[in-house]
Amino acid sequence: MTKPPSNNPLPNKERIKLPRQRVPEQDPQVRAHNFQEVNLGFPAEQARQESLRCIECNKPGCIDLCPVSVNVRAVIDLILAGDYLGAASKVREDNALPAITGRVCPVEDQCESGCVLGKKGEPVGIAYLERFVADWERETGQFGSPVAAPATGKKVGLIGSGPASLACAGDLIQMGHQVHVFEALHELGGVLVYGIPEFRLPKDIVRHEIDVLRRRGVVFETNVVVGKTVTIDELMQEEGFNAIFIATGAGLPRFLNVPGEHFNGVYSANEFLTRVNLMRAYRFPEYDEPLYPCQDRDVIVVGGGNTAMDAVRSALRLGAKSASIYYRRTEKEMPARVEEVHHAKDEGVHFEMLVNPVEFLGDEKGNLTSVKCIRQELGEPDDSGRRSPVPIKGSEFVVPCHVAIIAAGTSANPLIQSTTPGLAVTKRGYIAAKEDTLATSKPGVFAGGDIVTGGATVILAMGAGRKAAKAINEYLKGLDEPKPEQAQATVQA
Amino acid sequence: MFEIVEARPLARGIKQFVIKAPRIAKKQRPGQFIIVRLDESGERIPLTIADADPQAGTITICVQAIGKTTMLMNMLEKGDFILDVVGPLGKPSEIEQFGTTVVVSGSVGTAMAYPTARELKRAGNKVVSIVGARSKDLLVLEDEVRAVSDKTYVLTDDGSWGEKGLVTERLKQVLESCKVDLVLAVGPVPMMRAVANLTAPLGIKTIVSLNSIMVDGTGMCGGCRVLVNNSSQFACVDGPDFDAAQVNFEVLMQRNNMYREQERTSIELLQADPGAELKKLREENARHACALDAVEASHD
Repeated sequence: MTKPPSNNPLPNKERIKLPRQRVPEQDPQVRAHNFQEVNLGFPAEQARQESLRCIECNKPGCIDLCPVSVNVRAVIDLILAGDYLGAASKVREDNALPAITGRVCPVEDQCESGCVLGKKGEPVGIAYLERFVADWERETGQFGSPVAAPATGKKVGLIGSGPASLACAGDLIQMGHQVHVFEALHELGGVLVYGIPEFRLPKDIVRHEIDVLRRRGVVFETNVVVGKTVTIDELMQEEGFNAIFIATGAGLPRFLNVPGEHFNGVYSANEFLTRVNLMRAYRFPEYDEPLYPCQDRDVIVVGGGNTAMDAVRSALRLGAKSASIYYRRTEKEMPARVEEVHHAKDEGVHFEMLVNPVEFLGDEKGNLTSVKCIRQELGEPDDSGRRSPVPIKGSEFVVPCHVAIIAAGTSANPLIQSTTPGLAVTKRGYIAAKEDTLATSKPGVFAGGDIVTGGATVILAMGAGRKAAKAINEYLKGLDEPKPEQAQATVQA
Repeated sequence: MFEIVEARPLARGIKQFVIKAPRIAKKQRPGQFIIVRLDESGERIPLTIADADPQAGTITICVQAIGKTTMLMNMLEKGDFILDVVGPLGKPSEIEQFGTTVVVSGSVGTAMAYPTARELKRAGNKVVSIVGARSKDLLVLEDEVRAVSDKTYVLTDDGSWGEKGLVTERLKQVLESCKVDLVLAVGPVPMMRAVANLTAPLGIKTIVSLNSIMVDGTGMCGGCRVLVNNSSQFACVDGPDFDAAQVNFEVLMQRNNMYREQERTSIELLQADPGAELKKLREENARHACALDAVEASHD
């Protein structure tokens, strides 16, 4: 195979000498007190410099390892050609939400880990480049839209408006189908607006990506709790939907089930983040939704994932006297992205490893005052392959704490499963879907994202959305082909 | 955008709204609730559905001005818009043929108990209603309740209407005079607790409808958790109806006080210039309505 013409003027040996560009960031001391974005993104010249580093592999590992298979090589070449709008529409062919994934993807485990430069030095900053073209498109008011297929007259309902659903919507609209997205909350974006904080993903950017989908023809309806406001059977039988994609997200917050969890000041990470992000409680009283005060108080976040990092860094920005991560294993086992942990440390978050709360303590008014913890050591590996923590007898200690945020994961929300006859679930209550097509046990109904896999990442949910779109497209094509049994039945009649 | 098609004062500080919400009107059952957000800067609050007309596509709710949002809401009139209304949420009340049922309600709780009382009656139960309020001007839906009850007692704390006394005193007499199969209590937490304390030792099945603080209303945040039989239950999806004998009312009251100071701040700000807040809400929602029209036009 011959290489397509390249816009990179440098020979490979020059390219690999170029250092990776550092993305400008807000100063840690300053940003620890505001909700503005931490990463400021590449200016055009830095984007060009970073693009020059790509050696244009014949078999690009970056594309293989991207859950939505963005054509990274072609995007980088368009950046070098100065065609930023072309680069943006190239990204959008595979990724409906580039400004978002360019900010929140765990690229060190995906595209960037496939970059051959990473073997000896640092990989190309692919996420920053993706973000650059998406931001350029938005800031210049342009819109790199791929051309859609002719209308099929088929109607698909998407339940939830998080990353899985939005990615699915982007592909389905491209294939010429009518797409209608139902959202339970008042704002679109799912976890992108209620979960991920403003300083990591500004809400304006989510809104813009949704506006782009709207301009491409996707219809959005908020305030619809499918399973309550309307059921899936009603959507298919009464409202004319030919297929449904369920992408309702992870669901119910897990608590620790230790005494005192009902004290005022104990939050699930879901609630804390929803109040702060979706409801803008950090701008109280300008916004009405209140938040139990963090200002000048000790805040402990229990957990070690990205949600825990988001919560603890939010608490810091709300003026906490101390903001700490309490995790039951060691830093090595923490599921959070390395970059998020670094950011948290730079901002002054305290990390306490190998500890677990055993009881929350409060005063006579029911307000949290302290938490009793036990120290742990690592024992044998568990099912996940991580060494499981074992409590050390007699190591209990009590620390003052006014706000405790539990970020110990989520379990399946049964809302849809319990109101949809014929929809099979797994042992743990998630929706059972075929691995290759995401088809459920119910004809025409597909499911993907956290409601199938349990809590995962934005980009994996988007990958599921794309996979579902492909399978739904096949399914809808099949609807037009006459079925042999039906043909026979007609003859007999 | 949800249009208010009717708004009328029911009692002092209590207003009844009929809101256009066709999807909810079609699906709602007695005991379920909605969550409203008045405007862009508004909080989300749960309100029990008092009635619905599926043909007209409307729901009815009764709102008592207690916090900032309910005070602002009660300034709204026919023709105004509410930005967000979602529902019906929660499990419907269990309606069966129990036998003799007593429906105890206090203040605005009467508006919430009324549809359940009506359904209990329809299901063939004998319905005894005990309606209470602090005084006559806080009493709501007395005629409606009488129309669906076999026997109705009305009490006020100050004796300004009906009997003078507490609903629990009357309930005690009713329990002594006949065999009761089910008690339903809806109202202020201390009232529901008093009812539970009365009926639990007698082993009479008693249901209370809990009003804990909520955000999403779909089980996602866990903020509405209540201690029932010593384990955490979410009022939004596991309730709002619970077995009164198992509810920890102490914890419910403490949790309902969680944002007391912030609530006071919000009320003070509203009261400083209520007209300005109302104007802001109307302007913002009008802007949203225009934006929505534009989107719909672009799809036509």
